[in-house]
Amino acid sequence: MKPQLFAVPIGLLRVLLALALAFALPLQAAEQPDLAPIRIGLTPVFLDYQATFIIEWRNYLQRRLGQPVTFVQRGSYRAIINLLQNEQLDFAWLCGYPYIQNRKSLRLVAVPLYQEEPFYQSYLIVPNSDKQTQSLADLRWKNFAFSDPDSNSGHLYIQYLLAMQDEKSSSFFGKTFFTWSHRKVIEAVAAGLAQGGAVDGYIWDTLALSHPELTSRTRIVNKSQKFGQPPFVATRATPKQQITTMQQVLLGMAHDKEGERLLGILNLNGFIPGNDHLYDEIETMSRFVEKQNK
Amino acid sequence: MRRIKNLSLRYKIPLRVIALVIVTAFVLTSTLVYRGVEDLRHNLIDNADKMGRIIANTLVEPILHDDVWRSFEIINTPFLAPDIHATSLDAEYILILNVSNTIYASTQPERFPLLKDPANIDPRYTELLKALPAFQSSRTVVVEPRKSDDLFLLIPIQSEDLRIGTLVMSYPKPPLVARAHGLIRDAVLTTLLVLAVLLPLSVYWGRKMAAPLLKLSTVMSKVAPNLPDSDEITLEESNDEIGQLGNAFKEMLNELKEKEQLQQQVIASDRLAAIGRLAAGIAHEINNPLGGMLNAISTFKRHGVQDTFTLKTMSILERGIIQIKETVAALLVEAKARSRPFDRNDIEDICTLIQADVQAKRINFTLESDIVNAQSLPSTLARQVIINLLLNAIHATQQHGHVSLHIHSDGDNLSIDVCNNGSYIPPEKVAYLFEPFTSLKETGNGLGLWVIYQIVQQLGGLITVQSEEDETRFTVQLPLQENQQS
Repeated sequence: MKPQLFAVPIGLLRVLLALALAFALPLQAAEQPDLAPIRIGLTPVFLDYQATFIIEWRNYLQRRLGQPVTFVQRGSYRAIINLLQNEQLDFAWLCGYPYIQNRKSLRLVAVPLYQEEPFYQSYLIVPNSDKQTQSLADLRWKNFAFSDPDSNSGHLYIQYLLAMQDEKSSSFFGKTFFTWSHRKVIEAVAAGLAQGGAVDGYIWDTLALSHPELTSRTRIVNKSQKFGQPPFVATRATPKQQITTMQQVLLGMAHDKEGERLLGILNLNGFIPGNDHLYDEIETMSRFVEKQNK
Repeated sequence: MRRIKNLSLRYKIPLRVIALVIVTAFVLTSTLVYRGVEDLRHNLIDNADKMGRIIANTLVEPILHDDVWRSFEIINTPFLAPDIHATSLDAEYILILNVSNTIYASTQPERFPLLKDPANIDPRYTELLKALPAFQSSRTVVVEPRKSDDLFLLIPIQSEDLRIGTLVMSYPKPPLVARAHGLIRDAVLTTLLVLAVLLPLSVYWGRKMAAPLLKLSTVMSKVAPNLPDSDEITLEESNDEIGQLGNAFKEMLNELKEKEQLQQQVIASDRLAAIGRLAAGIAHEINNPLGGMLNAISTFKRHGVQDTFTLKTMSILERGIIQIKETVAALLVEAKARSRPFDRNDIEDICTLIQADVQAKRINFTLESDIVNAQSLPSTLARQVIINLLLNAIHATQQHGHVSLHIHSDGDNLSIDVCNNGSYIPPEKVAYLFEPFTSLKETGNGLGLWVIYQIVQQLGGLITVQSEEDETRFTVQLPLQENQQS
């Protein structure tokens, strides 16, 4: 029987083990009373399921910050945003869309450089078997996969495009659903569960390098204009000193060997301080969609 | 049918045993195969049902939250597992139908797109959906659509005892059929192997069982026309029915032989009786004229012409007639002569009388007798019988031979036993032994035994003879005539 009832996929086991380790180590560090761990929230704006990388990156940050680091991962952007608002996190790597929505309570720490630019695009993808679709308009009545309601590239951008044509996703598409991660949008489209999907272009490009067998089952129909890369943010409550240290560590990653290696895994060139104007486009789109949906 | 009926047991018993073995093997094998295939099917359905129920339970929350992707991930998980233990009895695809029976998610989304009516994609779903249980039912339904190579499991996805969707698991039947074929092949091979061992064994046993019957049958077929000697009959000794049959057959054969002997005796005695009557009749008829003729000759000799030639002629006639009369008298045994009863003096007399002949041949003569008192038996006749038998015996015995006389009385019968180790009487002659003019010796008229026989017959007794290479024995049984005196 193919569905092996109790056979947990080995990959999943590895992830669980890695997570257990990831959470076990900070406990040891927490025994030092004067050094409370820095809590960093992670979202699927990068390939956050790579457990080995997460451990290595955390070790790197701990070493460079001289302080224990805890990574917090949740199933949706919303959960991380809630934690940030409740000041249960010190930092988070977020999408630009939630950042502009919660700008008052957040501070920009760093912006990643992808292909030497702090920008990325949203890709509209369809299954590779679909040779007809040329634009979003061809996907009317089709099933569509979004990544996260709070994602810019994976949701807002499509909402914006539809709003521009006085459409709403609920009436334009057949069935829509969220996969809660960019990678899973690609999987849903590749499997044919959705006939179209909106995905972070940086993620698609990075997966095309490591998992070409997955991305090759999808076809990019449209690439959006460039948006500011998902920012690394801090809460207003995070001490300034800590923010500065963190910013220095992130910016310095590109300048040491281990940091460079880790950035290589992320398919990034480094981090820059960035500024809020990078997210002006997203803010415009967000306002437009909100207005249109009222 | 008749040919089968007429077939020898040599083949019939082994054939029947073989038929029985084959039928048993066939029935057993088919039963086991049927059970095996049924078990296989039940196992498949049970396992599929268990897994389906786990999946259905996991699906409740994603469906309530309308989380298509999560639902898809759940049903797709089994298909992602690396196929290390590919058993070929796997689900082909899994489908989630929502309450209105349109597709909510499927592991083959390209074939079964979301929101579509599955009946439009696969006509078999019309039949499948009809089989769906009531909304409240949590029962799994197994459907095997007609003319279909697939088996479907419909498992309700329930929240708070109400159906919110249906899990459809499709299983292709060919792997199941292939397994069933494998099972049948194995079973048939095993059966053939067992038969290969059992059949020669059953042939051997069958033959062994038939062998005594065949032997009996062969022996029985020898009964006609002549009864075989019991020495010729070799049957297996056993206490089972066949052994009993063999013994019964031997007994029957012995009885048949006795009967045959009796018949021959009856025929012989009938013949002797007839000859006796004839001889007596003729003797009587001849005796009367002979008496007259002798009287006439006597008268003529006294009163007739006295010339020498005539007298000589008359003497020749007289001697001839006397010889005829003697011969006739010998044939005409008259047992009516009354005489004193037979006693031990008679035995002594007999011994004296034969002494000369015994000594002449230097024969070893032995006598055994328990006669003390007089026996109610005419002594003349008894003496005649004993003397005749003894003289015959002595005559038949070689020089220095052995002759014995044994006389015994048990109150009812006087038995006389005369034995000698003389020449052997061939069986073909025994049958005619007691007829007149049957002589075993060169001299003698062959009337000795005839006379004995007639006397014994007239005394109501019995005479038998047994002749073997080294001994010839005449036995006479004479009933004692208690009432005859009165």
